[in-house]
Amino acid sequence: MIKRLIVAAFAALFALPATATIEIEEVTSPSGISAWLVEDRSIPFVALEFWFIGGATLDAPEARGATHLMMGLLEEGAGDLNAQDYAAAVEGLAAGFSFESYRDAVVVSARMLSQNRDAAADLLRAAISTPRFDQDAIERVRAQVLAIIQSDARDPEEIATATFHALAYGDHPYAFAQEGTAESVAALSRDDILAAHRAALTRGRVVVGAAGDISAAELGQLIDHILGDLPAEAPPRPGPADFTLKGGITVVDFPSPQSVAFFGHAGIERDDPDFFAAFVLNQILGGSGFRSRLMSEVREKRGLTYGIGSSLSLADLSPGMLGQFSSSNDLVGQAIDVVKEQWADLATNGVSQDERDAAVRYMTGEYPLRFDGNATIAGILAAMQSDEIPVDYVTNRNAYVAAVTLEDLRRVAARLLRPEDLHFVVVGQPQGLSPGN
Amino acid sequence: MLHRLALALGLTLTPVMALAAGDVVEFFLDNGMQVVVIADDRAPAVTHMVWYRVGAADEPPGQSGIAHFVEHLMFKATDDMASGEFSTVVAANGGSDNAFTSWDYTGYFQRIAADRLGLMMQMEADRMRDIIFDPVEVATERSVILEERAQRTDSSAGALFNEQMRATLFLNHPYGVPIIGWRHEMEALSRDDAQAFHDIWYHPNNAILVVAGDVTAEEVRTLAQEYYGPIPASPSLPARARPTEPPHIANRRVSFADERVANPYVSIQMLAPVREPGNQAEAAALVILAELLGGGGQTSLLARRLQVEEERSLFAAAYYDSTSLDPSSFSLVNVPVPGLSLEEAEADLWRIIDDFLSQGIDADHFARIKFQIAASEIYQEDSTQGLARRWGMELTMGLGIADIESWPDILAAVTPEDVMHAARSLLTDPVHVTGHLMRPAAANAEISQ
Repeated sequence: MIKRLIVAAFAALFALPATATIEIEEVTSPSGISAWLVEDRSIPFVALEFWFIGGATLDAPEARGATHLMMGLLEEGAGDLNAQDYAAAVEGLAAGFSFESYRDAVVVSARMLSQNRDAAADLLRAAISTPRFDQDAIERVRAQVLAIIQSDARDPEEIATATFHALAYGDHPYAFAQEGTAESVAALSRDDILAAHRAALTRGRVVVGAAGDISAAELGQLIDHILGDLPAEAPPRPGPADFTLKGGITVVDFPSPQSVAFFGHAGIERDDPDFFAAFVLNQILGGSGFRSRLMSEVREKRGLTYGIGSSLSLADLSPGMLGQFSSSNDLVGQAIDVVKEQWADLATNGVSQDERDAAVRYMTGEYPLRFDGNATIAGILAAMQSDEIPVDYVTNRNAYVAAVTLEDLRRVAARLLRPEDLHFVVVGQPQGLSPGN
Repeated sequence: MLHRLALALGLTLTPVMALAAGDVVEFFLDNGMQVVVIADDRAPAVTHMVWYRVGAADEPPGQSGIAHFVEHLMFKATDDMASGEFSTVVAANGGSDNAFTSWDYTGYFQRIAADRLGLMMQMEADRMRDIIFDPVEVATERSVILEERAQRTDSSAGALFNEQMRATLFLNHPYGVPIIGWRHEMEALSRDDAQAFHDIWYHPNNAILVVAGDVTAEEVRTLAQEYYGPIPASPSLPARARPTEPPHIANRRVSFADERVANPYVSIQMLAPVREPGNQAEAAALVILAELLGGGGQTSLLARRLQVEEERSLFAAAYYDSTSLDPSSFSLVNVPVPGLSLEEAEADLWRIIDDFLSQGIDADHFARIKFQIAASEIYQEDSTQGLARRWGMELTMGLGIADIESWPDILAAVTPEDVMHAARSLLTDPVHVTGHLMRPAAANAEISQ
């Protein structure tokens, strides 16, 4: 019992939020590209993140999957090196490059040893600026993408997510998987890939995060060298996506002992005055790393799932309030009922002071611990800039979270959580579920 | 792109790594608890881990899954804390916590502000001996692990196939039993089973404390003595003597059809030696062999020949698990392009292996891999949590500090001749397990001819 008291005292001590201890330098390259840097000389390498905003939503309707396929081809030969020679050159420098495609951005991540950084930068510049898109590489990577599409078509989690987006977003690009379809990918030409490269990778819409063994002056020159040949002008992005899905249940038959449920409704914009209240509310409802309402009610008390979570999706063109879990076919109906009950309970009754305090303590305590490691920090810095968050956010963010009151949470819960609007896509062979109940 | 494909197929590759020696201090408490401290003051945080030298391969027959089940139940009530309070307190202090179970170890960890370390030790020491296995909690949590099995294994044809492959490869060793457990045995796991397993294994003289982050060894020593020091050692801790493998004398084949399979593939698995205390040279050669044959990217021999030059594979790779308490496996995987049969894919793998055994190693490729291994020591320092996890894992596999610290040098000393010698002894042994993961015959009818 005495131990219990000590635990409580420890928690109380932590009421004042700590702040992150990193120092961010704002860097502008000689050609005018801005970047954020955390200089840390303790390990002899640098991590870089380039986020090119736009991503797969820039695909032309008749060339879905072009951006995704294009990004897969950047490491398949560049400049005077074919795919094999390029891969061997990167391997020989022990550099690490990754070229990822997402709905709202394409992301180039790199890590380079200090001892051979200039040579590594030459290779990265070649991949970004002068990729070859050799026909044999196109066919090889196209076959890999088609395999991914086939695999996703038999993966219940992928089916659930894709079905939800298709139902929610009409003919907006958000309605389509960024990989494209088997038909659209089969039809992509080299010209489509060149057009995707021209559209997705521009100096006009890139944000850069860097961390590690490099000075601000060296970083500016490095960025200009790597991005120097890209066009400045970025094509227009699609407009906002209307979330058109109404409340209900959609069942997709799939042979599995367990059903995957993906659910949600429209969310809240990042610049909404109640954004931070919504952020804290989601932590209480179904945030990760935390004993949320949904984990407690669906998993711990009832054993209906291994894991359940909700998230405040900040997709640029349509924010969502989303969630996901898996339950055995005979239990999924019961789990859906519990989710709806919790949604309704929070909307009607708000949260308790204890819940608010616990969430704020967790969020403010966890935040400074995130800035751990060059690769992680570079990613955070790029993500912040892509959200157009000011650099002092790192210092002020915990104060914004701590300022959220019980009344703020009550107000935002009543506005944001609408149990009647929740739509569940259930992939499996659920028992006792009928569409619309 | 290959990375995403490997992910979609459930065939992810682990990059080859040599653990950096770094700033590591080891000591023991009087009750036998081993302590390892890795200092890193880059962030004001610590990772606090307690590893038990027990895992799924130490379970009593008929109770598959009990090691993992006990791991779940360790988050329930103790004599001092309510069910779930452990994680609630961690979160209230801005930390995160979790746990994991393997065949050879069970680990619990928290990542939290450095000044919370004493609190973490207090709670972790509490549940080491004072966890309460309540019948109602046990019944509810059993449903959770059955849902976990349904999600991770039963919902994935690839996961079911892997489970069948292991069960076939190991004739006698419990590595053939899944960590999560066989469903029919999981359904029968009882409160008393959990209590008995915990009573045998959860003691300070069977535990390793790993603390990494913004802390000194002296601070850790003081706190560890205060919180873990008073717990008595178990006088009856059993040796980890598992059933061992008899010689493998028969080829075995696994054929698994499931309509959820999108991309059929072939897997060839064979027993392989692992790193042993004082004897890591053969494992080091096998690590480099796996990289040369089928490590990440398209420069490996299997990928270059089958994916790029001949365009007969979507994905081809080799896997070797060097760090395991008992001998483990070396495997080859080939996902053929549509239109090629699994028989052809299997023959392709052996054809490339035969070429390798007769033609030997490309010197440039060998040098690049050696440089990558050296560079991994630099990159790994970037994640203190990752370092802590690798140290804990390697120590619970029976390796000593000296073994772990000498591993980068042993990898660096491997010669092409060492690799070819290891390759011949492994790959010319005619006995192995060959598995085909495929779609049901009816689903394939239109393309099989």
